[in-house]
Amino acid sequence: MSNNDLNRLFDKAFKYVGICCTFFGLVMLVIFIANILMDGLQRIDWDFLTNLPSRRAEKAGILTAWTGTAWILGLTAIISIPLGVAAGIYLQEYGKKNRFAYIVELNIANLAGVPSVIYGLLGLEIFVRTLQFGGSLLAGAFTLALLILPIIIVATREALKAVPNSLREASYGMGATKWQTIWYQILPAASGGILTGIILALSRAVGETAPLIVIGALAYVPFVAQHPMDEFTVLPIQIFNWVSRPQPAFLVNGAAAIVILLILTFVMNGVAVYLRNKWQKKISW
Amino acid sequence: MKRPGEKIIEKILALSGMVTILTTIGIIWVLVSESWGFFSEIPLSAFLFDTEWTPLFAQKRYGILPLLSGTLLTTLIAILTALPLGIIIAVYLSEYADKDFRRTVKPALEILAAVPTVVYGFFALTVVTPFLQTFIPGLGTFNALSAGLVMGIMIIPVVSSLSEDALYAVPKSLREASYGMGATTFQTSFKVVVPAASSGILVSVILAIARAIGETMVVAIAAGQQPTLTLDPRDAVETITAYIVQVSMGDVQHGTMEYKTIFAAGATLFVFTFLLNNVSFWIKKKYQEKYE
Repeated sequence: MSNNDLNRLFDKAFKYVGICCTFFGLVMLVIFIANILMDGLQRIDWDFLTNLPSRRAEKAGILTAWTGTAWILGLTAIISIPLGVAAGIYLQEYGKKNRFAYIVELNIANLAGVPSVIYGLLGLEIFVRTLQFGGSLLAGAFTLALLILPIIIVATREALKAVPNSLREASYGMGATKWQTIWYQILPAASGGILTGIILALSRAVGETAPLIVIGALAYVPFVAQHPMDEFTVLPIQIFNWVSRPQPAFLVNGAAAIVILLILTFVMNGVAVYLRNKWQKKISW
Repeated sequence: MKRPGEKIIEKILALSGMVTILTTIGIIWVLVSESWGFFSEIPLSAFLFDTEWTPLFAQKRYGILPLLSGTLLTTLIAILTALPLGIIIAVYLSEYADKDFRRTVKPALEILAAVPTVVYGFFALTVVTPFLQTFIPGLGTFNALSAGLVMGIMIIPVVSSLSEDALYAVPKSLREASYGMGATTFQTSFKVVVPAASSGILVSVILAIARAIGETMVVAIAAGQQPTLTLDPRDAVETITAYIVQVSMGDVQHGTMEYKTIFAAGATLFVFTFLLNNVSFWIKKKYQEKYE
């Protein structure tokens, strides 16, 4: 076989290797989800969703966990959205050239790489201890809000960047001020992109476990949270708790809770992707 | 026409940007101040060179090495999994696959990164470990191998997505010159395009390493919670992150030594990820200058 033939062979072979590798990760994911569904689906019924946690695996439910997740989702959104969008607007529309904006930008790149468990340590010291929130929903929401802030800021900037300058100039030409231009023209035009980023960031917050464990969210909470200062648990922590137990019955509970968590995550991601596609089609500046 | 509110609005927006700086200052302040308390009781040399980490036992020893070896071992396994797969995927998508395939598969791979990490932990413990046990005799329920492999699958998109961007950005003329010389796509990909995009690929690998070092739930669930100084992938190990979670699961009082250890461990972790992130940032900047 000549050198030339060998090269052609490599070329052909790589096509198949490439396909195999590309699908490897996805196939693993499919195997895994099938596995979870087989284990967990039989366990999901109305009682599982509405029961309090219990020492007996077959009586335990995820009521406190999913209500806790809903609380955390809402509070984190309220805290992080205004902060993130405002910071994004500042960096993109106001502070393009100044030094402060440069430092903030560098800083955001760094924050995005900080492990989530470190945010937990920050939350433990600042929100739980110094501000006396205790291991409450509010402390958890603030911690997660800081964690996802860089994602929202970057997404906001990208969306604003995609709005063409002609829109800004037309608005200025009509005599609008800078803020009027941003509020009435730029933000509505960029809203689809910003919303996509926000949903993706919140879906990240829903799946986070480690920072909430560190700030002291409990694995066993026998009541449904009524108030932002209440102690809480969330779905990922409930899953971690069940998975850590040796009895197989609790593993089944864990699988069932994972099904619920995955549905939530995939729905959020699906909505985000749908919005992004819709938004990209709509704007053909 | 200048309205008086304009300046105030700008200030409010800038304040929101300030929050991110305060976050960084807060992280560094928290880690330094609590670690300070730790190091006033434990000499740095004991922390760095003692070979045992037993703060939760009666015989307390504070050597970070077992936690470091656990972290490095799982990270190494993860990178050995994600690096070849991620780069082959990136080359395939950028150089071989047609546009439609690329446009569908790339977001599909991102799903891997969207799945919560606690779910991957469950996967490692209940699927991968039993599977590995069928052909690795004596493999325990908790081991570094399974956790590392699953972490590797999890970070495939980090390597593949960023590497693919770097490959895609290589100018067409380079490929055409290579084809003109009679090279196959395979030769062009690995002898021309990959070297041209090497800095971008390096950045993706560094970010993947940082991600693996900071990953918590997979290792906390599947790698075990025994700090052991070992490089044997079959052993149960504890990573820095898993230790922090382990301590936090209990009721830790402020001011106790246990409380301080999680901050000293956290500070060690932060130093590593901070260095890796800045190296990647630096490479990215240099590389951008080269291309523009």
